[in-house]
Amino acid sequence: MKSSATKLTDSDDLMTPKAAPVRRSRRRASDRLSLISMVGFPAFLHIGLVWIPALLSVILSFTRWNGIGGVDNIEFVGIDNYKSITTINTEFVPALTNNVLWLVVLMAVSTPLGLLLAVLLDKNLKGGRFYQSALYMPVMLSLAVVGFIWELIYSRETGVINAALGSDVDWLGNQSINIWAILVAAIWRHTGYVMILYLAGLKGVDKSLKEAAAIDGASSWQAFRDVVFPVMKPVNIVILVITTIESLRAFDIVDVINGGRFGLELISVLITRNVGGAASRVGYGSALAVILMVVSLVPIISFLSTNLRKEQAS
Amino acid sequence: MSTSSLPENDISGHMTGSRDKAGDSTRALRAQRRAKRSGMLSQGFLSIVTFLWLFPLLYAVYTSFRPFSDTGGSDKGYFSLPSSLTFENYTTAWSDASLLKFFVNTLIIVVPSVILVLMLSSMAAFTVSRYTWKFNLFFLMLFTAGNLLPQQAIIVPLYRLYLAIPLPEFLSGSGTLYDTKLGIILIHVAFQLGFCTFVLSNFMKALPKDLNEAAMLDGAGVFKTFWDIILPLTRPALAALATLQVTWIYNDYFWARTLQTTGDEKPITSALQNLEGVFFTNNNLVAAGSLMVAIPILVVYFALQRHFISGLTLGATKG
Repeated sequence: MKSSATKLTDSDDLMTPKAAPVRRSRRRASDRLSLISMVGFPAFLHIGLVWIPALLSVILSFTRWNGIGGVDNIEFVGIDNYKSITTINTEFVPALTNNVLWLVVLMAVSTPLGLLLAVLLDKNLKGGRFYQSALYMPVMLSLAVVGFIWELIYSRETGVINAALGSDVDWLGNQSINIWAILVAAIWRHTGYVMILYLAGLKGVDKSLKEAAAIDGASSWQAFRDVVFPVMKPVNIVILVITTIESLRAFDIVDVINGGRFGLELISVLITRNVGGAASRVGYGSALAVILMVVSLVPIISFLSTNLRKEQAS
Repeated sequence: MSTSSLPENDISGHMTGSRDKAGDSTRALRAQRRAKRSGMLSQGFLSIVTFLWLFPLLYAVYTSFRPFSDTGGSDKGYFSLPSSLTFENYTTAWSDASLLKFFVNTLIIVVPSVILVLMLSSMAAFTVSRYTWKFNLFFLMLFTAGNLLPQQAIIVPLYRLYLAIPLPEFLSGSGTLYDTKLGIILIHVAFQLGFCTFVLSNFMKALPKDLNEAAMLDGAGVFKTFWDIILPLTRPALAALATLQVTWIYNDYFWARTLQTTGDEKPITSALQNLEGVFFTNNNLVAAGSLMVAIPILVVYFALQRHFISGLTLGATKG
């Protein structure tokens, strides 16, 4: 209805040019209103539920509040929370170590393995579709389900590893090995993701580039190293960003296995323990959240800056 | 390897020209053999890795079809050949853990979330990608960065915020946004808006510029241009994103774990946590229960694999 009306006034414009400036400016005003509301409503929701809490995390990290008894009970304590994170808390260092380990292991195992699998699949071998679907399947599962499926394998009494080997290893309980057991499951889920991203990158590489390298007498490895890999720089950055963010977000699987205790501590777990309940320390949890946020700014900024550069180029 | 090494030999053979034919053919033969060997090597490696990758799932499927009396309840244990197979674990898990209820909760959360997030993000993407406006880049950065934040970085204040936002009683048993499906839908929409806006604005940016001008000359307003012209052209990207969003929201564990307490209201993925208590140490039931949670999403995957992969790569490589 409304749009047909604007159409009518527009054809009026053509017939009576004098009136045109007024009408056009009125139309622009209504257009501006729709534009503002089209970006405004989503932005309101996103800012309200993501960025305002992010900002509040920063503010609350300088306070002490047990969450009970309203906002008046919030007490500013300066950087006390940050101090106690690094001095008093015995779980922070193990949690941080596990997060770093998570990142390093995913980078060191999933990235090269995913790349290798992508290169092999890019050759269009027989059965390639089957391999691709099977390798990617774990990515579809939530980490909570992944946790349950791997418990069937790792469980001390009823797991298949101990049953097959006749061993009695407490894969998920022994504090010196359980994080590694979990990381195997994390690799299982993450590698397919890396593989599919590299595969898309490889498909995007100009075939004639590879052929030109072959004519020049480059071996496959040389061609890959000097011609194909450099072209995939944006893919590498995306994989770096995704792997870092995934390692910082890791939570579901350890929560399902044992609530993130006894060797499976992660920063995300320590934060979540302070979310609700009688024992929650809001300021302290917020300080941990701010640390997580600051670390995550590194991949976020690197992702934005590569995209911004493209924005300026276009 | 196989495709690149053959033409190389052909061409060098032609160029030198002086080599005798016999030498040429032995070289070609050798190259062929090498290509074949490398092909077999690739096949071998891929099948080993694929087998390792499928093993946990296949083992879960196998365990889910075995009666407890044949595994945990017998001396044979879990690493053994079956004496009988049964479908009973599935029916028991389904009824004991009242899975239907949780699946319904998931449905109530996923459908509106995906529709809302696609609607809102396509509008936002349209604005920032099709019009020159000084805040475009700012909004795009805001959305993209927001999506990359770890959820745990905002959960502490978000939880307090949810407790402080009042809702009428017919919407919420608690009288606040906390512990409601609406609350879960809202945070999914707010959070996923970032990724979808980013992907869609890249997609819309690639559409011809004169589409907007043509629409303007036709007298179409902004919203009509969006709805009748740009949105239909965005359909492939929307299909890909819808597939991704269904999967991600279905798989969500964290938001429901932290923003809901009532067990009965939870969606299926977070309700899994309760299953362990229900099934105790019966691995056969755990396997059947976990697989039932995984099945809908695997069906989506196999039915819409093309959309799924194109969605991921839209966001990741063309960004």
